[in-house]
Amino acid sequence: MTFVLLAEQILNGVQFGIMLFLMAAGLTLIFGVMGLINLAHGSLYMIGAFAAAAVAGMTGSFIMALLAALIASAAAGALVELLVIRRLYNKDHLDQVLATFALILIFSEGTRWVFGSFPLFLDIPASLSGPMTLPGGIQYPLYRLVLIGAGLSVALGLGLMITKTRIGIQIRAGKNDREMIAALGINISGLYTLIFSLGAALAGLAGALVGAIQSVQVGMGEPVLILAFVVIVIGGIGSIKGALIGALLVGLTDTLGGIFLPELLKFVTDPSTATSIGSSLSSMAIYILMGAILIWRPTGLFGTKL
Amino acid sequence: MIREHQLNKIILSIFLIIPLWAFVTDEPFTITLMTRATVFALAAVGLNIALGLGGLVSLGHAVFFGIGGYSMGILACHAQTYTPLMEWPMLVSGSKSMPLIWINAVIMSALAALLIGILSLRTSGVYFIMITLAFGQMFFFFSISWSAYGGEDGLSIYIRNEFPGLNTLVPIQYYALCLALLCTVLWINSRLINSPFGLALNAARQVPERVETVGLNPMRLKLAAFIISGAVTGLAGALFADLNRFVSPTMFSWQTSGEIMVFVIIGGVGRLFGPVVGALMFVALEHWLGGLSDFWHIYLGILLLGIVLFGRGGLIGMICGEARQHE
Amino acid sequence: MNDIVLATKGLTKRFGALTASENITLDLRAGEIHAIIGPNGAGKSTLIAQVCGSLKPDSGTVHFLGRDVTQKTTRSRVQAGLARSFQISALSMEDSVLQNALLGALGASRNPWRFFKPALEDPTLVEQAEHALERVGLSGHATQRTSELSHGQRRQLEVAIALTLYPKAFIMDEPMAGLGSEGSVQMTDFLDTLRKEAPILLVEHDMDAVFALADRISVLVYGKVIATGTVEEIRTNPHVRDAYLGEEA
Repeated sequence: MTFVLLAEQILNGVQFGIMLFLMAAGLTLIFGVMGLINLAHGSLYMIGAFAAAAVAGMTGSFIMALLAALIASAAAGALVELLVIRRLYNKDHLDQVLATFALILIFSEGTRWVFGSFPLFLDIPASLSGPMTLPGGIQYPLYRLVLIGAGLSVALGLGLMITKTRIGIQIRAGKNDREMIAALGINISGLYTLIFSLGAALAGLAGALVGAIQSVQVGMGEPVLILAFVVIVIGGIGSIKGALIGALLVGLTDTLGGIFLPELLKFVTDPSTATSIGSSLSSMAIYILMGAILIWRPTGLFGTKL
Repeated sequence: MIREHQLNKIILSIFLIIPLWAFVTDEPFTITLMTRATVFALAAVGLNIALGLGGLVSLGHAVFFGIGGYSMGILACHAQTYTPLMEWPMLVSGSKSMPLIWINAVIMSALAALLIGILSLRTSGVYFIMITLAFGQMFFFFSISWSAYGGEDGLSIYIRNEFPGLNTLVPIQYYALCLALLCTVLWINSRLINSPFGLALNAARQVPERVETVGLNPMRLKLAAFIISGAVTGLAGALFADLNRFVSPTMFSWQTSGEIMVFVIIGGVGRLFGPVVGALMFVALEHWLGGLSDFWHIYLGILLLGIVLFGRGGLIGMICGEARQHE
Repeated sequence: MNDIVLATKGLTKRFGALTASENITLDLRAGEIHAIIGPNGAGKSTLIAQVCGSLKPDSGTVHFLGRDVTQKTTRSRVQAGLARSFQISALSMEDSVLQNALLGALGASRNPWRFFKPALEDPTLVEQAEHALERVGLSGHATQRTSELSHGQRRQLEVAIALTLYPKAFIMDEPMAGLGSEGSVQMTDFLDTLRKEAPILLVEHDMDAVFALADRISVLVYGKVIATGTVEEIRTNPHVRDAYLGEEA
């Protein structure tokens, strides 16, 4: 295990974590402000990826593809909020789960209907492909570095928006007291639609960015959605900071666990057993992390109350 | 308006008449469909104990369904290859006996429910939903990476397992066996609802602070409900694997968890026969809509949305009208 | 002072800048009704919550039957014999009145782990529950759905559940609210006899009932006990008149 390999894996973990953050931030905002659990968030991720792949195929421009992803997912988010989601705010979690599960079915099958069952591919733009040499002689794909940078800027932007802007004040007010923002004369339904499409756009952006390093296919969103839930359980509901730290923890645990667990097990058993047990264990590593945090802090690292 | 217990009798007679008619007219596929509905119903009856009685919105019941499935798969695959399951600390061999497989499925899923329950019940509400979903995913990935038992491809069993006195390969006989189990569990469930435990659990769902102030522990009641619930769904998993003679990680997937929940909700949460109607409806829709269009999930999704947004109390609630009751 | 059943010493609880309980020291003696009165927002509910264990004090202690229970859970206090009725009814609304009372009896039996035989067919539980309902005057409503009860009847059911526990002390949070004049008279008579079974810490807004029932009264204002004494002492206490009774007069 060399230093270079280790550094690479850490960067992979950070990059994975940052993408999870984009998902988790939207989910946690939507839950924190509207009290809604949205299983269909993974579908918005998928819509972003498909929109990007389709537009990239037509125009050949990666920037256009990203714009398309943002617009398509935000629009889909706004549409869904107006048609379905806003009828769910006053219902219990069970109804929210079922309705958003229904939305997953509709979105997934709808996408399969339009684009077919075969995966699409979104290419990394030529200017961002190839490796970059980092201090210490680490060769790392430039595109992944750009992902980390883009994700961190979004995190920073979100943080500034929530602490500094009018919308942010309204969001914080909404988190604390729904009646208060109504009393302040703020248009709640407008605010809710806005937050929902903001969350959707973040998910769509993540889908498009990741779509360039993985294949774009139906059902790509839900595994990421569930990991984002793990992130939120770890970070605490409603906390953007918790989402960021939780996402990095999950990203690093998942990536490093897959590398180190088999290596560690080689000390106690023969290599082939170590590889098979290690890979099984590492597939569980983040959930074990979640379990441990639940025992230690049931409301997550930055969660306040249930 | 029909009263709920009358409706329940009608539902049960559907489960008797259709397969008998299919048997007489020699339509084994219909019997297989009904078996599928029966097994799904059993899985959902399990979830309904946690969800309807305990108020625990578990999106991870695929864990127990899958554990039941793999109990069958692992025991049967060792039996068919004549390899021992383990040699240390004692020799354990595989088995083709359904009762043994069932007992194993029930115990293993109850143990898993105990562990998951202890962790998830430290939280509530939306955390509980996310955590159970996450644990489901954990088992899913574990089963994929567990290459000894087929990994992603799953395990196939050549011949359905055995039950004393029956030829389980004859569809109607296997159906009868599944239906008998479903009826037994429904009967136990109806006793459970009215038992002291059911009474306390029902109160723990509605007013946990009251349960606390009569000196009982609401968390422990809910944990017990979760364990019973997991065990029943685990039993259904073993039956499902035997129906298909195949078990794969799909049984652990989040879609499976979602579908089990859908059975409960379209039928009616907390109603004794809600999950049964829900599973029957689902299998019927899957068959008819699936025959009409490859994209039948779109229609299913729209139907579900309609039920959530406009219909309270699921199908049984719509037919019987009255609020759910525990007598 | 062997007859002290329940005692708080220096209970203090703050929520941010608000001091909800400030150095509250009071006790409940065998055979008495000790009423807690005070204007809305005086911290009565916070006090009850700390006595019953649903809220932990920042400092101070709660002793019950001579044992320090400050760190004990609600459950273990109940099992030791402390019963409570809620101000806002905490009842299983979907269930029948009898079933709610049965829950109390089940709690008293401490064994909810019976999964098969219907609770309604358990003669011991049913007898206990029916007896409690009869005592509060709800016998005629046993099979009714709890959500159909009037506010006053829900209060009575709250008290009935507490009775099924055969406790060593009662904490009652506004048992008269919503009872109407005839109902309050009945409840007053009933609590009057109940004190012989176990002392009652009574939080109540109905001053007629308080003055008729209480052996002692403590007045809580802004989280502080400003006076404790007999009915007569409290009636004539100038501080109390200023702070509280005066407002109503």
